[in-house]
Amino acid sequence: MSLVEVENLSVNFGSGERDIEAVRGVSFAIDKGETLALVGESGSGKSVTALSILQLLPYPKAWHPSGSVKLDGQELMGQPDRVLRRVRGNKASMIFQEPMTSLNPLHTVERQIGEILQLHRGMTGGAIRERVLELLALVHIDDAESRLKSYPHQLSGGQRQRVMIAMALANEPDLLIADEPTTALDVTVQAQILSLIKELQVRLKMAVLLITHDLTIVRRVADRVAVMTDGLIVEQGPTEAIFTDAQHAYTRHLLAAEPKGAPPEADETATSVVSAADVKVHFPIQRGLLKRTVGHVKAVDGISFEIREGQTVGVVGESGSGKTTLGMALLRLLSSTGGIRFRGQDIQGWSWNKMRPLRREMQIVFQDPYGSLSPRMSVSQIIEEGLILHKIGRDAGERRELVAAALKEVGLDPSMQDRYPHEFSGGQRQRIAIARAMALKPRFVVLDEPTSALDMSVQAQIVDLLRDLQARYGLAYLFISHDLRVVRALSHEVIVMRQGKVVEQGTAERIFTAPEAAYTRSLMAAAFEITAIEPDALAS
Amino acid sequence: MARPAVQEPRLFGFRLRLNPVNERRFWNFRNNKRGYWSLHIFAVLFVLSLFAEFIANERPLVVRFEGQTYFPVLVDYPETEFGGFFPTSTDYHDPFVKELIEERGWILWPPIPYSYNTVIRDLGVPAPSPPTAQNWLGTDDQARDVVARIIYGFRISVLFGLTLTVLSSIVGIMAGAVQGYFGGWVDLGFQRFMEIWSGLPTLYLLIILASVVTPNFWWLLGLMLLFSWMALVDVVRAEFLRARNLDFVRAARALGVGNVTIMFRHILPNAMVASLTFMPFILNGSITTLTSLDFLGFGLPPGSPSLGELLAQGRNNLHAPWLGISGFLVLAVMLSLLIFIFEAVRDAFDPRKTFAALALDAAPKEQTRAPGTEGPAAARRPARPDQPDSAPEPAKERA
Repeated sequence: MSLVEVENLSVNFGSGERDIEAVRGVSFAIDKGETLALVGESGSGKSVTALSILQLLPYPKAWHPSGSVKLDGQELMGQPDRVLRRVRGNKASMIFQEPMTSLNPLHTVERQIGEILQLHRGMTGGAIRERVLELLALVHIDDAESRLKSYPHQLSGGQRQRVMIAMALANEPDLLIADEPTTALDVTVQAQILSLIKELQVRLKMAVLLITHDLTIVRRVADRVAVMTDGLIVEQGPTEAIFTDAQHAYTRHLLAAEPKGAPPEADETATSVVSAADVKVHFPIQRGLLKRTVGHVKAVDGISFEIREGQTVGVVGESGSGKTTLGMALLRLLSSTGGIRFRGQDIQGWSWNKMRPLRREMQIVFQDPYGSLSPRMSVSQIIEEGLILHKIGRDAGERRELVAAALKEVGLDPSMQDRYPHEFSGGQRQRIAIARAMALKPRFVVLDEPTSALDMSVQAQIVDLLRDLQARYGLAYLFISHDLRVVRALSHEVIVMRQGKVVEQGTAERIFTAPEAAYTRSLMAAAFEITAIEPDALAS
Repeated sequence: MARPAVQEPRLFGFRLRLNPVNERRFWNFRNNKRGYWSLHIFAVLFVLSLFAEFIANERPLVVRFEGQTYFPVLVDYPETEFGGFFPTSTDYHDPFVKELIEERGWILWPPIPYSYNTVIRDLGVPAPSPPTAQNWLGTDDQARDVVARIIYGFRISVLFGLTLTVLSSIVGIMAGAVQGYFGGWVDLGFQRFMEIWSGLPTLYLLIILASVVTPNFWWLLGLMLLFSWMALVDVVRAEFLRARNLDFVRAARALGVGNVTIMFRHILPNAMVASLTFMPFILNGSITTLTSLDFLGFGLPPGSPSLGELLAQGRNNLHAPWLGISGFLVLAVMLSLLIFIFEAVRDAFDPRKTFAALALDAAPKEQTRAPGTEGPAAARRPARPDQPDSAPEPAKERA
């Protein structure tokens, strides 16, 4: 008998006509000590499936038309809360995606983990403290004693996720459900967390249900894989079999969906569009009554490069390395020092009004397609705004045609222009954001992680779109990303940044084939093989 | 979502032309039954009170006299017109005049033949007189009809409340927007100013004012406005502080959009829900303040129809309970109706309801198969700023 047996599980949201079938008759089983990866794109129902194992869905809005969930032989479906509470966090526990919001910001690490021990084990005082220290050691948190009194904001993303894992393991569960446990983390940290989960699984002989959209992770840690789409498991089997011999068309589509291809050959003689010479952005740290400046946060510290027409400079680095700040400084949306030249003009220090005509030629696309479109404006209003501002198009009719053309260019149906952003999927919204930038016919575009919030197959489409637009209009891109695969597919030149400084800079080919700096090498290993090498070099 | 499949948004029988978002808002409003019916009741009462002159007036609506038609409610006729002795305005309640007219014509009275300031001389009992068929809610201690005073008092209260709410919201939103958007020294200075300003005692100022000028509707409105605008500032300021760093605002800035446009086109619509939540309280607060000023005798000039004055009379004449009870009931019903309406308005503008429901609406259009939803997981995207309008993802990429 398997530890977890899910049979014919269905989940519906709402009732009556507007019923949404999120999960439709899903069955799977997990053995003790086994890792099952539930793979699928957003909206496939994988998280809903996982949440319904512990009956954590928003009932009664969500309901189960059919199905049974057995944990260790005990049926969980339809059990009263009292019974379920004894299972949750005890026999089965969960790790969530966002470590910042999953921890209570007002509780110390000790209280955070201690609460579970108190609840399920009735431990008190000294016993709790001892067990918490033991758990922190188990998840490899250094200097555990002094971390007991830390609050979540004093920990790094990786440490927070480790605390989350410690909480999940506090009562030695038989089943650990990890819902995208590393999506919000940097690649090097992601590799460390995954190897930690793997190690703990072997040591504690847990069953792990790993929910993810990232196939690289699956390949590395899962024993078996279940592929979900549209609320159905379309294929299920051992990891090796799925990756080498996928039966279902959707699985093959998913496997083929990685952003790939290479940018066209760089033309060394193309005219320079943007150049930066020793650009620095320092934020002063002020202390005391008189706001005396006691030091600076060096967000960007002396970076020089040049972007030519039709070429892309990729900026790679982990969160907090100053990538985005660099992009904002180049667009003169943040004040900086050092030389910034745009098509031969030195634009450093220009006033907002003087910059305004140039805004048309330099545009930005943001990471989050949900936040970057005003929810209360229709698509045509969003795209049209720039046209009106820069007096492009004589009248409303002509502007409408320009908006339609811009939408067509990014592969959207122009008839959609009177809809509102919420009616679109993430990928479509990102296309709208790109259309907003492209409608002005810019020469230089800063792409600030444009693919990070999207599903893998959508990422590939957006990368193709960007490459296509670049070839057609000779655009210069500054491509900011932490995802090395996407950077490789687009960039001619790569800058590796860390703490505001350049670690390594050179042609993409050289950086990806023969990285020189140790930091670059560990980034590559983490991104392409998900192995954590030289973790001590990254601990800071 | 208990709405019929195909139905046009109609309000008071008028077909409304709305974009999808506003249409969804309308249905949200409709779905709040209590608010929807309150709006109808209130609208009827308010429209009736706007035509108070035709409902409660000491002048007849129409007079037919010697083959000629007169409209005393609109035009002032001297008594001589009807064969009287004086060239002054006709007193149609004068039995002598009544007789003169009815001899050679007829009089059509409004349902209540008294205005708010008509002193009824032929009561028969000492004022305040209890309810009779003639005076439905009795008369007050100056022998004036209570129903007439309530109709006029209701009108002036609502008009005062609405005007004050609209004006103080405009000022408050502008002040909050400027503070929140620019932050820094502007914010700091303005906040300190508001702290001092809100410390000024309003009531004393009103009492001082009353000794200098005769306070009328506009004086009171102006003076109240000086202090009531601060109610909304903090909420709007907080919304602007939050929104000014959201991606869509930064995107607009990268397009080269100016500050004023960003404030009013991009941020303000997102701050409206918070403002709307506060508006019913401002509205009711304004009405209550006017009433309490009248109650204390510092409000509208003596003789004005006012609910506060009615309450004061009720207190002074405990042996005439119809005064206090009618005053209380009118106030209670009016304030409750307004709160119910604004509750429904707030529901209508709640982005969670609006956009979540729209997403459900939109989903089946885009694909025939049932779209998946990540449910609570939709709120957990990487590096997604805390935004109010997080709708579940409507449909998968189909490009």
